[in-house]
Amino acid sequence: MIIFIPTPLRPYAGGQPQVEIQASTIAEALSSLTGSHPDLKNHLFTAEGKLRAFVNLYLNDEDVRYLPAKEATAVKANDTLSIIPSIAGGGLAVQADAPAAH
Amino acid sequence: MTIAADVSTLPELTTDDLARYSRHLILPEVGMEGQRRLKAARVLCVGTGGLGSPLAFYLAAAGVGTLGLVDFDVVDASNLQRQIIHSTKDIGRKKLDSAEEKLVALNPALNVVKHETMLSSANALDILKDYDIVADGTDNFPTRYLVNDACVLLAKPNVYGSIFRFEGQASVFATEKGPCYRCLYPEPPPPGLVPSCAEGGVLGILPGLVGMIQATEAIKLILGKGESLAGRLLLVDALNMKFRELKLRKNPECPVCGDHPTVTKLIDYQQFCGIVPETKQEQALKNGIPQLTVKELKQRLDAGEDVFVLDVREPYEYQIANIGAKLIPQNDVPKRLDEIDRNREVVVHCRSGQRSQRIAEYLAQQGYGNVKNLAGGILAWADEIDPKLQKY
Repeated sequence: MIIFIPTPLRPYAGGQPQVEIQASTIAEALSSLTGSHPDLKNHLFTAEGKLRAFVNLYLNDEDVRYLPAKEATAVKANDTLSIIPSIAGGGLAVQADAPAAH
Repeated sequence: MTIAADVSTLPELTTDDLARYSRHLILPEVGMEGQRRLKAARVLCVGTGGLGSPLAFYLAAAGVGTLGLVDFDVVDASNLQRQIIHSTKDIGRKKLDSAEEKLVALNPALNVVKHETMLSSANALDILKDYDIVADGTDNFPTRYLVNDACVLLAKPNVYGSIFRFEGQASVFATEKGPCYRCLYPEPPPPGLVPSCAEGGVLGILPGLVGMIQATEAIKLILGKGESLAGRLLLVDALNMKFRELKLRKNPECPVCGDHPTVTKLIDYQQFCGIVPETKQEQALKNGIPQLTVKELKQRLDAGEDVFVLDVREPYEYQIANIGAKLIPQNDVPKRLDEIDRNREVVVHCRSGQRSQRIAEYLAQQGYGNVKNLAGGILAWADEIDPKLQKY
């Protein structure tokens, strides 16, 4: 299956926009992804192994959070997994009294 | 959803309006009533930059009666690659004044309300309450969450658009039955993870594309026609011109819009996003990496000290301007550690100090004992050491 890597995280996936993975569940796919790209692991997961809250995972067009089996959901070869982080365009979260960066 | 209004309370159209909006009037989805709805509508544009430019322009063109603009910034040359509401002659001028001038030139009947302020928990509810719809064109996470929460608390739809490099997202949040921004992203990313346009760059057309989607959604909400993006996240990949749609659901446990909200008033969003004003000590050290100022580096180099300066920018940036450091682009660093001397003091730099901070932290993790980050990067060097250096 294909995992789409969002732009902000591509530096940690060797610059690739998508990665081809063999897996039978979502959890396995993620494990395989972070196995071959360990830097990605810290950005995607907390120390306790939970997906970070500013990252959403979609199996095709469905949010994995709302699938009955969540990460244990079985995946087919032509399914896609999308990692969708929050983006806020222009500036970094800036300090209150610093000028906004555009 | 419709911005409900009894037709009889809608303002009448003038003869000028009938001439100007004829192409709307003959469209079944707009017609006289739709145009009167637009005239009655009050939309707040938070930000008059990349997203705000096309947004405000097209809302004005469409005949929205009142446009509120929130911005406290001044036009800079680097804005003009995408913030098309501003002109070259506006460089140095307040964005609000520049935007107002162009909007009123396009549509003299437009009522522009300028809010020259940074939106904050202290003023957001007060500012937003006079509008029907809020269009979020801001550039930072704390404001995104602030606007979202304020919209939910005030029951105003939030037409959302955001961009990064060449990718965009668009949706409509805070409708009655739909999700809010926090349903999608309960927590912001840690500061520094997602680079700004200034750091990461942005394809100029991108906010144009996404801002237009926002304008479209705002107009549809006002007219009560078509299917809004509420409950859907539109993903735009401008580089490959691909549009994708993901399903968004209202989270019943959302702290702001869920069944049992725990956020019932605006909070400290800087704190929420993990931004704490720096103390002097903190400025000297970030995540364990000592920060070197450009003056300090210059002193050391002039004194002939054995410093290994590492430039982690991209080759095209090096061509624009460089300080003669060794160039290893950030993504190549892990593969080229053998070119970075473990026994020397390593000072990492990039354009503004953010990428280099991450690489410095990475090197420290790899066992480099003497790594520093050049605070402010090559931009600071151009400002303080060598004004002839090309800034970009």
